[in-house]
Amino acid sequence: MKALSQKRRHPLAAIALLLMGLLLTGGLYAVATTVNQAKAETTTYSASDTEEGKKLFEANCATCHGMGASGSKDGPSLVGVGAAAVDFQVGTGRMPMQMNGPQAQKKPLQFNEDQTHQLSAYVASLGAGPAIPEEHLLDEKGDAAEGGELFRVNCAMCHNAAAAGGALTRGKFAPALADVSGKHIYEAMATGPQNMPVFNDANISPEGKRDIVTFLKKIEANGSPGGADLGSLGPVAEGLFVWVAGLGVIIAFTIWLTSRSS
Amino acid sequence: MGNHSDGSPNHSGTVATAGQNEVEKFQDPGLPPHRLRLADTDPKAAKRAERQVAILFGVSIVGTLIFLGAYFAIDLGVDSTIATIRNQNLLLGLGTAFAMLGIGTGIVHWAKALMPDHEVSEERHAVRTEEDRQAAVRIVDDIVEETGIKRRPLIRNTLLGAVALAPLPAIAVFGDLGPRPDDKLAHTMWAPEEGKLKRLTRDPDGTPIKASDVTIGSAFHVIPEGLNELHEGKLNEKAKAVVLLMRLNPDSLKISPGREDWSYNGIVAYSKICTHVGCPVALYEQQTHHLLCPCHQSTFDLTQECKVIFGPASRPLPQLPIAVDAEGYLVATSDFKEPVGPSYWERDEHERLINS
Repeated sequence: MKALSQKRRHPLAAIALLLMGLLLTGGLYAVATTVNQAKAETTTYSASDTEEGKKLFEANCATCHGMGASGSKDGPSLVGVGAAAVDFQVGTGRMPMQMNGPQAQKKPLQFNEDQTHQLSAYVASLGAGPAIPEEHLLDEKGDAAEGGELFRVNCAMCHNAAAAGGALTRGKFAPALADVSGKHIYEAMATGPQNMPVFNDANISPEGKRDIVTFLKKIEANGSPGGADLGSLGPVAEGLFVWVAGLGVIIAFTIWLTSRSS
Repeated sequence: MGNHSDGSPNHSGTVATAGQNEVEKFQDPGLPPHRLRLADTDPKAAKRAERQVAILFGVSIVGTLIFLGAYFAIDLGVDSTIATIRNQNLLLGLGTAFAMLGIGTGIVHWAKALMPDHEVSEERHAVRTEEDRQAAVRIVDDIVEETGIKRRPLIRNTLLGAVALAPLPAIAVFGDLGPRPDDKLAHTMWAPEEGKLKRLTRDPDGTPIKASDVTIGSAFHVIPEGLNELHEGKLNEKAKAVVLLMRLNPDSLKISPGREDWSYNGIVAYSKICTHVGCPVALYEQQTHHLLCPCHQSTFDLTQECKVIFGPASRPLPQLPIAVDAEGYLVATSDFKEPVGPSYWERDEHERLINS
């Protein structure tokens, strides 16, 4: 301590202090702003994963997304989209895209699990972004009631209150969420694929996302409490059923009532 | 001249002929020949019909048993799930349907197939006789006489008064349709209170939002600070004040003069209430920057300050002017500069008042 106090009048002391202060603020700021991504960045990728991923990317994706994933006029840059975006887009078969259209749709997978992992590793290495969610966030043991409320506020307007999906503008649509894995639901929320808005961890916390996945899996398992849900599409499907089946039965009974017995 | 009383203008002037006043009589065709049913002639068919009726009544009995069984046997205790309730509802419904339908169809089938079906004609009675009429008049006169309403004006007058006053409660209840909303529709909770700007908070938990939380492509569903603490009229206030908060590339926003300081680094906030009939417009497409109203497909372009680009809405969504406070949280610098939601009678007047 004594040595320090003796040197405090040294000409360089002020500069050293300033430097320390700057480093401290900068470091704290970096920690504070990346806290969202840092928490999720746990899946480990080996150097060979990244290397293999780079090869796969250059062979299959670079035509549109450009060499080094820097983007071209046919596809956006993938720097900073994170492993979660790749795992969602490739893991559901949406990428590689079959053709241009209002939106890329789910189709049979083009890459196996290892290749998807390698592609994720490569894109994750290009810049920090949302990582693939940890197992404990996908255990479907969150608070379903809480998840239901979050779903109705944030998701139900596009995806339908029963998660049956719905139409958007000009041929786009929000898909139904039954049969979508919890991991892909989580990744879609975190990355905002295509026209879906991003729900980052500051908007809906990882626990909130876990609750939403829990809720969706619960309603999928339990089904509709009111019996046949007719696609959960609301008054159109229900009205059609009542007009055709309900009125049909009434007409059939009327004919029977007024006919003569043979 | 011809006979005009036949009501046929085309025949005016035709020469009257003998017998023209004779009404052409409609011949009573009588009853169609009675056709015997199978069950009338064939005892086997009758027996079969009898069995069918019995089966239908049996279906009703089974339905009632299903109802009772489902009601008592299915346990809705703590272990039950929504699926249990659904299954019970299904069985209760089917049980009731079969119980009712079995009785109804059984009786109809019985009547149609087995009960006698010979036709009977019933002669019409005279509608009324003079004696009956006189009797009715006498009854009314007797009632008036016995009530003594003519002799007791006090009773008559109080009765008239009571009947005249009786509708008044209905009129008083109509008062509950008011009071007139006055300028309530023109103001929302976003107006600063005692100089303190309201923070933008998350729906439903009411936590404040930092500008750094809103990354590009994000959409936040927003309620004003303090909404959750309201005890009265919370839903009414929420219905006016809900806002959708989004961030896009600042370069893509076309900002009109006077609105330069209404957004922050590409973060914009717009009323969620459609200007057509007030549905919540919250279907946000982050790539096309379109906001779609699910009710009538009104589409608003976020980059052009929510101008209507499709559908029946006639005005853009009102924008909420926002800024960032000293702690980095998003705040509304003022209330909306126009009434939110669909048009109403005094809307233009209110908009003038807000901006004056």
